[in-house]
Amino acid sequence: MADTNIQLLTNSILKRNPIALLVLGICSALAVTGQMATALVMSICLTLVTAFSSLTISIVRFQIPNSVRIGIQITIIATLVILVDEILKAFFFELSKQLSIFVGLIITNCIVMGRAEGFAMSNPPVASFMDGIGNGLGYSLILMLVAFIRELFGAGTLFGVEILQLTTNGGWYIRNGMLVLPASGFFIIATIIWVIRTLDPEQQEKE
Amino acid sequence: MGHHFDIILRSIFLENLPLSFFLGMCTFLAISKQVKAAVGLGSAVLVLQIITVPLNNLILSYILKPGAFAWAGFGDIDLTFLGLLTYIAIIAATVQILEMVLDRFVPALYNTLGIFLPLLTVNCAILGASLFMVERNYTFTESVAYGIGAGGGFFLAVVALAGIREKLEYANPPAALRGLGLTFVSVGLMAMAFMGLAGL
Repeated sequence: MADTNIQLLTNSILKRNPIALLVLGICSALAVTGQMATALVMSICLTLVTAFSSLTISIVRFQIPNSVRIGIQITIIATLVILVDEILKAFFFELSKQLSIFVGLIITNCIVMGRAEGFAMSNPPVASFMDGIGNGLGYSLILMLVAFIRELFGAGTLFGVEILQLTTNGGWYIRNGMLVLPASGFFIIATIIWVIRTLDPEQQEKE
Repeated sequence: MGHHFDIILRSIFLENLPLSFFLGMCTFLAISKQVKAAVGLGSAVLVLQIITVPLNNLILSYILKPGAFAWAGFGDIDLTFLGLLTYIAIIAATVQILEMVLDRFVPALYNTLGIFLPLLTVNCAILGASLFMVERNYTFTESVAYGIGAGGGFFLAVVALAGIREKLEYANPPAALRGLGLTFVSVGLMAMAFMGLAGL
């Protein structure tokens, strides 16, 4: 492996961002971006699950028979997700209610499976762990960016703290109702992809 | 009966899995370049939803719920924490069995759906529908209705998007927006169009 561990970590954040370039893991990404708080929790959960599932799978990679590897990977990932879910329910019940089914859906998040199958199966544990964290952070970056735009301009708050005072509270800011709708997530992601691909023409698709 | 019809309509139009919960996005975006492939994927999702959602409902009520083993004298066993692992296993097993059955008895259908079925094991829409069913405490008949609606909604959305993308082939967008970016914009517009049905 030519890349050092640090490169593995940083590469996936911008250059090989899982969401913007590879279109992985958007499934659960957009639904939780209405508020910064839920997006942050979701990012932390996903980063942890990706990192530790990559680590675990990489450690046992020589013991896994090829024909049942998907099943074993899913079992490992599902176990980690159950752990995360139970911890959230025990200590952050309110947040876990808001995230509803989306923590469970980390199991089927393509980033986790993709890294397990594409990287951890053929690389040593430490490199896989770094790669997992990197991809988790790349995902978090996009998630937080979308949540920032949606919460700030959709509700005038950040983490629930009022930043732009709404007209309904006697302020000056008229909130943008469209950003509260799920559809706005698509437009924001499209814009982010547009910007990234303008800055880095290598990522553009061929005609 | 009207109540069940209501669930079907709601899950097709208002709570459309890809368009308002963003579920199943990966496959949704990857396989919507051509209408023909999209029809194949859509039908595979529809079939799988109709089978797995009610099946997971039965598993939940008779195995996982607190008190499900009361008849055997283990009234206080609560296995709901195993839910996630069980549902995904059920889905994976259903996919495998369905694949074998189709291959053996309906080869024509297998050739259309075949390549999409394994993909669907890790599709968020399939697991998501089962999890929504759990969260909303649907009864068995309600879960059948929800399975039909959730699958139907996906079918409708993916075929419509493929239709739009086929036409977009002829468009000439800025280079950086080509492909993925433009697809996202069209999905966003579709999602807004579906929101327009909210008064239904």
